Amino acid sequence: MAVDKFLIEASHIMMFARSVGDSNPIYHDEEYAKNTELGGIIPPPTFVQSSAQFDPEYFLRPKVGGDGWFGSGKEATGSKPSAGSGGGGGAAMGLHAEQHFEYHLPVRAGDILSATTKPGKTWEKESKRAGKLKFSESVTEYRNQNGELVITATGVGVQTERVVDS
Amino acid sequence: MLKENELNIGDTHTSTLVEDLKRTQIVQYAGASGDYNPLHTDEVFTTQIAGYPSVFAHGMLSMGLTGTMLTNYVGDGALKKYGVRFTNQVWPGDTLKSTTTITAIRDQDGERVIDLEIVTTNQNDVAVVTGNATAKIES
Repeated sequence: MAVDKFLIEASHIMMFARSVGDSNPIYHDEEYAKNTELGGIIPPPTFVQSSAQFDPEYFLRPKVGGDGWFGSGKEATGSKPSAGSGGGGGAAMGLHAEQHFEYHLPVRAGDILSATTKPGKTWEKESKRAGKLKFSESVTEYRNQNGELVITATGVGVQTERVVDS
Repeated sequence: MLKENELNIGDTHTSTLVEDLKRTQIVQYAGASGDYNPLHTDEVFTTQIAGYPSVFAHGMLSMGLTGTMLTNYVGDGALKKYGVRFTNQVWPGDTLKSTTTITAIRDQDGERVIDLEIVTTNQNDVAVVTGNATAKIES
């Protein structure tokens, strides 16, 4: 994944915070946020995952017009997404096994981040539940408008041999 | 932010993250995060093509819900690190509870920080997320 411009916007933060059940005013109330030490609205700790919205190639979003989408319409469809694209985990690498964030500098609404992703380590493991597991890591660095590294995100994806049905 | 003189190794904080998780909340997360993988929102695809019993939550939704518990405890802008493993899937109807425990109080780059262990469990006491975090505290 490479994202040139990831606009950190207050309304996006509000919607994201709602979706993770967080009613903290630091995520939606500008007046409140202004009067805190942080000085403004900040995103929740896992927010940068939504940089997928700003990745023009992100394959887990239906293209305008819906062509090639693998979810159901009239038919159940089912072309499986190709592995390897996308960042941060999710089905890009099968199932999402781990996710780690390191916070280097504060991020606030109004910032403009960019993101670059590099592949990390890969390894294999046997599992009774899912057969052979192939793990792969991807490391995404988020920088702000001043070129400063603000967050490092490491996703670990796993390809399983069988469907995992816990 | 937490104050050092009020903290001890072994202190815990617990909160309920969600009761009876609704499919619509998973849809909300898909829309906000931009991850529209049909495994999370499209019951027809997920049961008939992918072979799962139903749609299930994004791992990142479980991590986000757990993050709400964490930031409510350590305060806003205090996290230095937050990482998890997704140990089991989260399904519609699940009720999740999360507990974090202080495992260390120490110095890091000239600041006082705590290390935390995190576990989020479902209504059957099965861990769905386990992880660690480091957060700044006031000395």
